Amino acid sequence: MEIQTDLSSIYKLSEDVVARDIHGEFVIIPITSGIGGSDDEIFSLNNFGKAIWDKLDGKRSLKEIAKALASEFQGLEIEIEKDCLGLSGELLKRKMIIKC
Amino acid sequence: MPTSNYVTKISANKTSFWKNSKPFLGRLDMEITERCNNNCIHCCINLPVNDLQAKKKELSTQEIKNILKEAVSLGCMTVRFTGGEPLLREDFEELYVFARKQGLKVLVFTNATLIDEHMVDLFTAIPPLEKIEITVYGMKKNSYESVTRISGSFEAAWKGIKLLLERKIPFVVKGALLPDNKEEIAEFEKWAATIPWMDRPPSYSMFFDLRCRRDNIDKNRHIKNLRFSAKDGLKILTRRKDKYIKKMKEFCSKFMHPPGDKLFSCGAGCGGGCVDAYGYFQPCMMVRHPDCICDLKTVSLKNALTDFFPKIREMKSENLDYLGRCAKCFLKGLCEQCPAKSWMEHGTLDTSVEYLCEIAHIQARYMGLIKDDEKAWEVNNWKERIKNFCEKEAL
Repeated sequence: MEIQTDLSSIYKLSEDVVARDIHGEFVIIPITSGIGGSDDEIFSLNNFGKAIWDKLDGKRSLKEIAKALASEFQGLEIEIEKDCLGLSGELLKRKMIIKC
Repeated sequence: MPTSNYVTKISANKTSFWKNSKPFLGRLDMEITERCNNNCIHCCINLPVNDLQAKKKELSTQEIKNILKEAVSLGCMTVRFTGGEPLLREDFEELYVFARKQGLKVLVFTNATLIDEHMVDLFTAIPPLEKIEITVYGMKKNSYESVTRISGSFEAAWKGIKLLLERKIPFVVKGALLPDNKEEIAEFEKWAATIPWMDRPPSYSMFFDLRCRRDNIDKNRHIKNLRFSAKDGLKILTRRKDKYIKKMKEFCSKFMHPPGDKLFSCGAGCGGGCVDAYGYFQPCMMVRHPDCICDLKTVSLKNALTDFFPKIREMKSENLDYLGRCAKCFLKGLCEQCPAKSWMEHGTLDTSVEYLCEIAHIQARYMGLIKDDEKAWEVNNWKERIKNFCEKEAL
């Protein structure tokens, strides 16, 4: 089931996961059951995914995050907004982030 | 397997994220107590539950947490809690939750007797991400408790196992083959095959180690009497001949060669190690020779891994007898001779253990690698012999 997120919403990281940088690989490790779908899986984010993850602080909206990333990565804001929506949708579906 | 443009799913069984290099610290073993609620006749480490002196010396909750924190900072992905019986520690739950919240996968070695409703609730709510490993000492009360010497342990273990099954908490089982349960192998394996998470037949211990603290001569004598002879051990190892030969062909082609004069030819101390119940860091779970351990109260895990263990791994034998046989013997790999076994048997790091030598030689003869009257360290054309064995269609 696809979960829609919107740019005006604010999200924070779930306390039921731990993010770790292991030898350059950014992984999200579920602590409690029911995160991600299966209890024997962990998840990896690419560099851009990590950049979005790091900004999901429960204070900034996805739009504000996209704007900050566009400036940081010198990318098109509209494209970055799409990525923010895509990633946050997946993270929300897996209960790795929470809508504030 | 890519899941999307953003997120990649990874099996929790993936043990290392260290691309193209050996992990600095992949897995840490933590023997959180030597005490056990069983009193197994063959055990190389157990101390009584009520050994207050041992309990007093054990690492505190905070000391264990500090070690776990440092392990995480070094990239460690898995901690193995073992013992003794790790669930015996009153702070087990606190340590388990702490480890998981640090992002560690937790592997628990247990006898299952202390797995109750509360514990399965914990494992359900916060999955260990590694299969629990349970040693089963017998399929019947008599056989089980003749090993554990604790009345009621059979019922307690099976209750724990049933709870895990009911709650679908992944676990695997392994056996300890002893005179009182050896006739139950078929029954054990038949049952083990019904456990959903067993992806291979159970492993067994049967060539038992002596006391690893060298603390009990009487018990060592008893353990020696419980050990399978090399001949009987071979019968068990080869009971599924085709599988044994197939496995040995793979094994021999990769791992058999004379180790030379260096004492450590295994992976001990490379990317891992074991912290004992009192805070001493060992290159592996078995080697406790004073020259091979360092005190984590004074040395960091990082320094042990970067400085202390590499020096240990460079240690060379000066024992002429060892240099004349074990160092030259191509059965290394098949033979379990190592500094840890030498320590347990003789109190040294490099004394040949005859029992292990017999077991390796009887297997080598069975595979046709050596003749009846040969000693493997006298064989010069060992590469050719291994090649011939590996290429042989069937024995």
